[in-house]
Amino acid sequence: MIEGQEEGKMEEWEPNIIVIACNWCTYQAADLAGSLRYSYPPTVKIVRVPCSGRVEPEFIIEALINGADGVLIGGCHPGDCHYKNGNYKALKRFELLKSVIEEFGIEPERVRLEWISGSEGLKFAEVMKEFNDTIRKLGPNPLKWKEINSV
Amino acid sequence: MSDKDIRIGVYICHCGENIAGAVNINEVAEFAKNLPDVAVVRDYLFMCSDPGQEIIKEDIRKGLVNRVVVAACTPRTHEPIFRRACEDAGLNKYYFEMANIRDQCSWAHWHEKEKATEKAKQLIAAAVAKARLLEPLEDRYVELNKNVMVVGGGIAGIFAALDLANAGFKVYMVEKNPSIGGNMAKLDKTFPTNDCSACILTPLMVEVANHPNVELITYAEVESVDGSVGNFKVKVRKKQTYVDWEKCTGCGACINACPPKARVPDEFNEGLSLRGAIYIQFPQAVPKKAVIDPDACIRCSGRWFGEEPRRTKDGKPILAPCEKACPTGACSRDEPRDPNGELIELNVGSIIVATGYKVMDKKQFKEFSDSPNVITALQMERLITATGPTEGKLIVPSDIPKYLEWKKKVEKGKEAELEARKPKVITFVSCVGSRDNRYHTYCSRVCCMYMLKQAMLLKEKYPELDIYMFFIDVRTPGKDFDEYYMRCRNLGIKIFKGKVGGVQKLPDERLLVKGYDADLGKPVELISDIVVLATAIEPNTDLKDLARKLGINVGAEGFLRERHTKLYPVDTMTEGIFIAGCAQGPKDIPDSVAQAKAAASSAASLLAPGKMKVEPLISEVNPEKCTGCGICVELCPYGAIEMVEYNGKRKSKINETLCKGCGVCAAACPSKAITLHGFTYEQVVAQIRTIAKKGVIEEV
Ligand SMILES: Cc1cc2nc3c(=O)[nH]c(=O)nc-3n(C[C@H](O)[C@H](O)[C@H](O)COP(=O)(O)OP(=O)(O)OC[C@H]3O[C@@H](n4cnc5c(N)ncnc54)[C@H](O)[C@@H]3O)c2cc1C
Ligand code: SF4
Ligand code: SF4
Ligand code: FES
Repeated sequence: MIEGQEEGKMEEWEPNIIVIACNWCTYQAADLAGSLRYSYPPTVKIVRVPCSGRVEPEFIIEALINGADGVLIGGCHPGDCHYKNGNYKALKRFELLKSVIEEFGIEPERVRLEWISGSEGLKFAEVMKEFNDTIRKLGPNPLKWKEINSV
Repeated sequence: MSDKDIRIGVYICHCGENIAGAVNINEVAEFAKNLPDVAVVRDYLFMCSDPGQEIIKEDIRKGLVNRVVVAACTPRTHEPIFRRACEDAGLNKYYFEMANIRDQCSWAHWHEKEKATEKAKQLIAAAVAKARLLEPLEDRYVELNKNVMVVGGGIAGIFAALDLANAGFKVYMVEKNPSIGGNMAKLDKTFPTNDCSACILTPLMVEVANHPNVELITYAEVESVDGSVGNFKVKVRKKQTYVDWEKCTGCGACINACPPKARVPDEFNEGLSLRGAIYIQFPQAVPKKAVIDPDACIRCSGRWFGEEPRRTKDGKPILAPCEKACPTGACSRDEPRDPNGELIELNVGSIIVATGYKVMDKKQFKEFSDSPNVITALQMERLITATGPTEGKLIVPSDIPKYLEWKKKVEKGKEAELEARKPKVITFVSCVGSRDNRYHTYCSRVCCMYMLKQAMLLKEKYPELDIYMFFIDVRTPGKDFDEYYMRCRNLGIKIFKGKVGGVQKLPDERLLVKGYDADLGKPVELISDIVVLATAIEPNTDLKDLARKLGINVGAEGFLRERHTKLYPVDTMTEGIFIAGCAQGPKDIPDSVAQAKAAASSAASLLAPGKMKVEPLISEVNPEKCTGCGICVELCPYGAIEMVEYNGKRKSKINETLCKGCGVCAAACPSKAITLHGFTYEQVVAQIRTIAKKGVIEEV
């Protein structure tokens, strides 16, 4: 039985979400959301990278293995990548990754790729709320609990 | 424990109340003290202030710390500041990392103080985890090309070009239209001083065109931009003019020869009159050269450029009227002309974008009727100015054709009576498309003032006119602006606070204006001869496309986005590219000029030293690990990677002057042979693990 999914405990359990954000767009959007005081769940924590094309599949695996409940990669809109086309490369890799994740026994909805431009502060906040809700519904990352239970 | 001697200083900023108001600083500081390798934790009201930076420097100088983590606002604006502080104190500035606990924490979670505090701890832990793995790096230098391209030849572009040219920089001015001048060339007089627009603008147009350091490339558009700060490679497409500009003297003989059938609405007069297929944009154009609009040309002679002419019975070639009229042979059709024009390649170190604005078309507002007597304010400028279709004679726009007929007769020396109707009542409507959720939520900033200006100019010239103005409210924040408003009021212009719901066309071409007087709380109706709509200032249709080519951003409203509203108002997220004037957002001439001068000085101070420090945050291949598969070579968007011989084997190598540090190659290399400095695999994974473990740093 997964502990966090017991009735009652669900209330206390908060998702742990990692956003790997491109410096030129999604990271900027998060800053903008803050300066406009759009709130979103504090479960969301950002790691900055120069481009979504920098994101290695291992980054996401590492996040999940170590306990993150959801991982979102944020990149520039198609055509807007600061480095021309890193986001297309991210998209390709992401699709591969999703299938790998499923093999690990993790719901593919736990990983997501979003295009959020630097001016989309509101979109950032909304996507984060929505992603948080999705993860909340899914409950804690099964991998984490498997690992803990096997100790 | 790692055997390296790592002493991390964690500096937590209160940012006044901005961080401390949501994040419990003491709790976070206590937490940070227990993180591995952390030697010092301090907090201060404003870490980026001089005394704040001094705290860090002092610790470095005393040898207490050799890695610095600042938990404050966003690295996007403040990382360079703190890096410099580290450097000043003698620490390699890449031994620095930031935790964004303001923009991405306290501000966003203001009402969840405990959770914000918890998140701040995790963000700081992640930064510390990365700091433990930082490596010292050395800045690189790149040579800078000292030429600048200014895109857009309006008042903003002109000033930017002049300032740079005067400072000794070579400037290429790329303008889409045949002439420079922009929207200001269409204006009659200009607030707040009411000096004649052409009188102040045209001398500047001539000055910039004649400046030895300026090369005008008009009737041209940017096709592509490659490279980066200091070394942009730009392709500019000069459109086909169909007139040999070397030969054209701008005499205008061709213009009169072009037949009525080939006439189309004149853009410069905002459609209030017609121009020929061959035309000079306006009489004061710079350069004053004719172009042929191939879509409007009806091919009078029956041939196009380069085609054999038809001949009369006695064998003489039949020429088009323009060809025949031209005294210099500039528009001869004997030679073929490439409809794609010409591609010009420029190498520049910096780019200034000053492509201005357009006003919303009145067609978008059905409620104001399709009467020709409902006009935009920009049309009103054309109607009252001496260079306009009526030479500044005030008549109702529906009678402009009558006026033009009359003028033609008079020019031919015939006697004729002008039957055009003079308006008795003119009504102005503010905020048409601005401050309106259906169109644009923003304020167009200049409309209140130019409406007052137009009303004032009209009333001063024609005191018997009745002028009504509808404002949501009058916005006149600017030097001498409110005085201007009072001056206008004193002229006896009637100002309503309220909106106009619609305009109805009456059978006699007059207009029924249905408004609302918010002061009286009642609807008002009045009959007007002309209704002037202050339609919103909008970004040009092609601005987004241009921004994409340049790799800069547009905001939600579609105007170019500055790097930081307050601190970097003319910079963009792409280094070396600056913005000025209405392309950045609606503004008046004084503000456009101020921005242009700011952009010019930013470009000048960037390029003047001739070389520039660039962050060494680029990728490097470890040839020992590289298996020579070549995957990275194909992926690099800048062609920075090539395969070379290394100890007799094929290995990849990154050209450090071409690499921009996107990290695509590092992410793709199956052998993990590539390191992106500043964002290494180990560093990013350390951050990720720390957050995944909610602030617990694993030993490495
Ligand atoms: C009705 C009206 C009245 C006004 N009256 C006043 C006044 O009295 N006082 C005042 O201070 N301000 C006034 N203004 C505001 C004033 O017009 C602007 O502040 C000023 O013109 C802005 O200059 P700019 O150079 O930024 O843009 P623009 O004048 O729009 O110039 C931009 C130039 O860039 C060119 N361009 C556009 N796109 C491209 C491209 N892709 N490639 C190359 N070139 C391109 C355009 O052809 C144009 O030449 C008024 C505005 C309106 C609408
Ligand atoms: S991808 Fe890696 S292994 Fe392959 S050539 Fe590039 S650096 Fe070498
Ligand atoms: S990081 Fe790699 S892919 Fe990106 S620009 Fe540098 S060499 Fe090319
Ligand atoms: S720079 Fe944002 S995705 Fe490439």
